[in-house]
Amino acid sequence: MKAVENGGTAIGIRCKDGVVLAVEKITTSKLLKPGANKRTATVDRNIGIVSAGLVPDGRHFISRARDEASSWRNIYKGPIPTSALANRLGGYVQAYTLYSSVRPFGVTAIIGGWDPESELLVDGQVGTGPKSGSGGKVEGVKAGGPALYMIEPSGLYWGYHGAATGKGRQAAKAELEKLDLSAGNLSLYDGVKEAARIIFIAHEDSKDKDFELEMTWVSSLDGPTKGRHEEVPTGLLEDAKKAAMRSREREVEDDEDRPKSHDGERMEE
Amino acid sequence: MAINFRDGVILGADSRTTTGSYIANRVTDKLTQVHDTIWCCRSGSAADTQAVADIVSYYLGMYGIVNEEPPTTPTAAALFQELCYENKEMLKAGIIIAGYDKRHGGQVYSIPLGGSLHKQSYAIGGSGSTYIYGYCDMHWKESMTEEEGVAFVKSALQEAIKWDGSSGGVIRLVVLTAKGATRHVYLPDDGYKGPGAK
Amino acid sequence: MNHLPQAWGRPRDDVYGTYDRSYLQTSTPNSHTQSPAVTGTSVLAIKFNGGVAMAADKLASYGSLARFTDVKRIRVFDKTTVVGFGGDISDMQYIDRLLDSIDVEENYSSNGNTLNAKNVHTYLAKVLYKRRSKFDPLWNQILVAGFDDDSKPFLSSADLLGTTFSAPHLATGFGAHLAIPILRRLFPEEMPVENIGKEEAVAALRECMKVLFYRDARSLDQYSLAVVTSDGVELKEDEKLEAQSWNFAENIRGYGTQVN
Repeated sequence: MKAVENGGTAIGIRCKDGVVLAVEKITTSKLLKPGANKRTATVDRNIGIVSAGLVPDGRHFISRARDEASSWRNIYKGPIPTSALANRLGGYVQAYTLYSSVRPFGVTAIIGGWDPESELLVDGQVGTGPKSGSGGKVEGVKAGGPALYMIEPSGLYWGYHGAATGKGRQAAKAELEKLDLSAGNLSLYDGVKEAARIIFIAHEDSKDKDFELEMTWVSSLDGPTKGRHEEVPTGLLEDAKKAAMRSREREVEDDEDRPKSHDGERMEE
Repeated sequence: MAINFRDGVILGADSRTTTGSYIANRVTDKLTQVHDTIWCCRSGSAADTQAVADIVSYYLGMYGIVNEEPPTTPTAAALFQELCYENKEMLKAGIIIAGYDKRHGGQVYSIPLGGSLHKQSYAIGGSGSTYIYGYCDMHWKESMTEEEGVAFVKSALQEAIKWDGSSGGVIRLVVLTAKGATRHVYLPDDGYKGPGAK
Repeated sequence: MNHLPQAWGRPRDDVYGTYDRSYLQTSTPNSHTQSPAVTGTSVLAIKFNGGVAMAADKLASYGSLARFTDVKRIRVFDKTTVVGFGGDISDMQYIDRLLDSIDVEENYSSNGNTLNAKNVHTYLAKVLYKRRSKFDPLWNQILVAGFDDDSKPFLSSADLLGTTFSAPHLATGFGAHLAIPILRRLFPEEMPVENIGKEEAVAALRECMKVLFYRDARSLDQYSLAVVTSDGVELKEDEKLEAQSWNFAENIRGYGTQVN
């Protein structure tokens, strides 16, 4: 379990118009190809998963998530809601704590998705219904929207406004709390900037190691990713990185002699 | 048959079940509930469509419990289609699904014999339907009021009963809106005037 | 006593007589082969300089009954592939979902979906052939249009038997009889595809749709029209036949002697 909590920091931010996932990918060798060995992955089209901990366990976890999403689609002919996916994966991870023949998962995973806010279509649908649209719709009914969950090796999972795991989680959590995410005012573009900044802060503890910032996002249907989970475009990523490094330098100058934060005991339930 | 109207959907059916030319049941209820506000009209083999409706109703019940939110009409339609398509060689089932949910309002889907799924503004099916294609095409309007909708469904079914030997008996309706489900019954011996809604 | 495994668990032949093997066996062979129920008619497509155009009407028939008039039979795959379906609509929906799941999985790789129309066609032909070999065919005739590995316009067909065929212009169903001759006259085989303009190709398809509406009893005057170019797919799903020719009916005096 210690290994899990010492992987590169991963965070997720649930913004008003989308979700950002970011991970500090520690590069253990200069010989590794930049940009290869991704730690974020897409599930179905609208959900992203980032994990901290044992990389192969993360890969298996994602493979399971994709199977769950595809089996949901086979039955219900539509995308799996992020909450349902988190629920199924929570159950899956928990089952690995029950048997002597298997060890628990060595990852904490953050799942971020955008559930379509539009009317649900049945896959392969033909026909459209009345031209004037369906009658009797209740105005202002909220459906879909951003979702963010974090699953721990025990199978425990909660929904979050901002989630952090991995080695620099304490620092990251402190920064996430400052964002007042529950007010639901942070925009997706600001979220991208903040996520980059937070990863750079979280990296302070392992300054001696090289890392790559990997960032993905999913927006509303009328947003930049049209409801799909994608990598943050290179230009935007570089801008966010530069801004993060600038603000980092400023902060370091400001509080050169403030005591460093240290890991607290992890909350358990 | 089932139609969209201004505030939701209306399902309607006659009440005749036949074995050959013998009327096995003259007061059948072919409007079957599969969730709170998702219903279906069954035609074809009674045994097949009852079995399919029972399975879907179980799945939707589970869906509501597991996902902590009620299933929507498209979800129900997808489940009906999966059963009808994958077992098309064994089934004789023509099913119309009509439901109301707050997100989508009222919706009507039709699954004819091969197991294809069609979203429609109104749907007719079963043996009597062939006699009323013209009538329905002429008289169906977008966003009818509830009164207009009930009158339309009733008159269309009256025509089907009149011309089709395999349709007959009473007319049953279910009106699905934000307020929930309301049943209507209209009897043949007073010219389908009443008694109407309970 | 018979100790051979075939006799295990069975009544002894020497005591009870020969075992009746016909008992609890089905007397008829398993039958899979379906017949289509709700069907769509022709799909037409033609290559032109830099792309492919495809048209299919919006009717789904139930026997001779014009049952559904709003069925979109041209489906888009990824960004530059379209698939047009004739035949059974439920099988079309099945294949459409199959393609959707492939698109989802293809996007899992870091370089995204790289399948072109040629790949999709190969795949679909194999799916169709496999199903016919199980005596459970998917009852469709399919046209696939888009681009091949060299980014050249691609157009090919596949049917319920797994047969494939490729040509600069293709049509399924009634279109194979009525539209192909028209297209061949307009664009002879020796004419290079590069000489055919997009507008010209689309106009030819519209003309063929008109002839099909005149002569195919399972057709409709509303249709979908897809144009694939390297810019992507332009799909119009509310097209209507224009400038039909019926006025000449007034001057027709047919059977028997008539005064006026």
